[in-house]
Amino acid sequence: MISAVLFYVFAAILLVSAAMVVSSRNPVHSVLFLILAFFNAAALFLLAGAEFLAMILVIVYVGAVAVLFLFVVMMLDINFAELRSGYQRYLPVGLAVGAVLLTELAIVLGGWKVSPEAVTLRLSPRAAELHNTLQLGRLIYTDYIFLFQAAGLVLLVAMIGAIVLTLRDRTKSRHQNIAHQIARTPADTLELVDVPSRAGVASIGILRPKPAPQPEQAEASTGHAEGHH
Amino acid sequence: MNWTLALPEIVLACCGMAILLIGVLQKRDTFHLCSMLTVGAFLITAELVVSGSPGLGYNGLFTVDTFSTFVKLLVLVAATLGVILSLDYNEHANLRRFEFPVLMLYSTVGMLVMASASNLMSLYLGLELQSLSIYVLAAFARDELRSSEAGLKYFVLGSLASGLLLYGVSLVYGFSGTMEFARLAQALSNPAHVSPGLTVGVVFVIAGLAFKISAVPFHMWTPDVYEGAPTPVTAFLSTAPKVAAIALLMRVMATPFGHLLVQWQQVIILVSILSMLLGALGAIGQRNIKRLMAYSSIGHMGYALIGLAAGSEAGLRGVLIYMLTYVFMSAGTFACILAMRRRGRMLEQISDLAGLSRTDPGLALAFAIFMFSMAGIPPFTGFFGKYFIFTSAVQSGLWTLAVIGVLTSVVGAFYYIRIIKVIYFDAGGAEFDHCPASLSVVAAAGALFTTFFFVLPAPFIAAADAAAKALLL
Repeated sequence: MISAVLFYVFAAILLVSAAMVVSSRNPVHSVLFLILAFFNAAALFLLAGAEFLAMILVIVYVGAVAVLFLFVVMMLDINFAELRSGYQRYLPVGLAVGAVLLTELAIVLGGWKVSPEAVTLRLSPRAAELHNTLQLGRLIYTDYIFLFQAAGLVLLVAMIGAIVLTLRDRTKSRHQNIAHQIARTPADTLELVDVPSRAGVASIGILRPKPAPQPEQAEASTGHAEGHH
Repeated sequence: MNWTLALPEIVLACCGMAILLIGVLQKRDTFHLCSMLTVGAFLITAELVVSGSPGLGYNGLFTVDTFSTFVKLLVLVAATLGVILSLDYNEHANLRRFEFPVLMLYSTVGMLVMASASNLMSLYLGLELQSLSIYVLAAFARDELRSSEAGLKYFVLGSLASGLLLYGVSLVYGFSGTMEFARLAQALSNPAHVSPGLTVGVVFVIAGLAFKISAVPFHMWTPDVYEGAPTPVTAFLSTAPKVAAIALLMRVMATPFGHLLVQWQQVIILVSILSMLLGALGAIGQRNIKRLMAYSSIGHMGYALIGLAAGSEAGLRGVLIYMLTYVFMSAGTFACILAMRRRGRMLEQISDLAGLSRTDPGLALAFAIFMFSMAGIPPFTGFFGKYFIFTSAVQSGLWTLAVIGVLTSVVGAFYYIRIIKVIYFDAGGAEFDHCPASLSVVAAAGALFTTFFFVLPAPFIAAADAAAKALLL
């Protein structure tokens, strides 16, 4: 009785918040409603006895994906009003596509038959005495450990690939090169000149230190910076 | 559970992580060090592969037999040659980054998994690990437009092919109730269990795998990716992954779907004929030697598929021998292409080879050997590969395939021998830069194998024979 009431409460909130996700004007509100929808779906999973799925939904979707969405929505300045323009114009097409999909779905579900031997064909029969977290853990970490580790390697390669293709050393930044500094000798930067008395510095023509050894553009700027030591 | 079955893969993957750590933690340039360590890791893995014992493990996900051993050794040899070929090029092209050999290593791990896959899920994960690394490698020269384009194109079309493959796998699973090769074979031995849905699934699986070996009609990416990717990546792409993918196709067709020979034979025959024709005719007009190699590889895959279409033990043995000869020919040819450099600039046009016989007779001779071998002229290995393939086709009564194969070989001989004509008889340009030792080693190894295979072919043929037998059990 209580579970039936809870089911209807959670299901109703889920449907309402899902509708709000697509209809609310402010994209930040949409994401917040999406999080609410995830929580309610997790509660429905709990009611159905799938506690592992419920926790995963909260941890993965609410904890990571929804926050990521929120960041994206707030960081990228997307003009949602412009995206929504043409709503009236595309409405008939959208409705037609939706109607076709709905009909197809109805046809598929109408012709659905559960084969009598399907239960015996299942490869991973459910053991009644084990709760589903244990069962999933056994499948992932014992039966399919090989696939789990292989999938891990695929993710590692994806990470290496992302770094290789995008990470660049900044060539323009002026970080301190200690070895370069220590290697400098006074002769590189300092010139001792005998200045005759009462002749003035300008007559010798030395007003600034010698230029840096490499005449390249980037080096010239660092040379300039080093000149002020 | 007998986890030591996958010891080569585990060791190689751990070596990869260690090399990655070394590369990240060392502040100085570690490209050379990491490449050498990768070659060392390949050698250790090859030793483990040879000493491994056969068996089926990990809940039927992974199998080790003479077939997987043969394929793994060939893949490791091809990958080693690929790493050696990249040493000099990357120095000059400013791609001197330690991730390069690491990605090659992980791609090789994927290929080893593919060679041992005995379940449609491990098949897919191995394939994906292999492909994902190569997508990144193809785009490795990220500041070059052509390389980025090649990587992106390969990635998008490759994902599409993976989608096709997964769709086929889901159909097979849905209609048979299992993804294990042994159980599939058992279930399909009864013709009553073969439904049209399952056959459609098998066709989708073939389509997905045909993309990976760049067989027509799934070849569209090949010329652009071959041309755009950095040349060592092209060399790698045209050897090791091809071996792994065709081995996978052989295992999938022969073991779980062996009883459906009549159904898939027609598809393979069609793909094979189209690949041979396109490989022969498409290459004629090419001026760029990397594009020419792309069409050449399409044609070679067409020949290899003849052996698979034959469906007999002789045919499968023929495919293995063909791939063995192809790896050495192809790696050697790419070593020669990588040596085409004048004043630090890479050359890719066929006309740049003019007069090579006078400026560098050694390189010219190696090039000529590989081209004669690719054309299938005895006593070079290319002839033996084609010989075993065509005889198996004739034995299985596939006369059309054999005749078309011979005819397209003649067309192919035209463009291979035209390169030899350019090298030996055209008035030529200036000398190439000095050929680095790493390229000379690979070219010499390839040329020696290609030339002197006929002296002692027995051990290779016996190994291929044992491997093919394991597949048909």
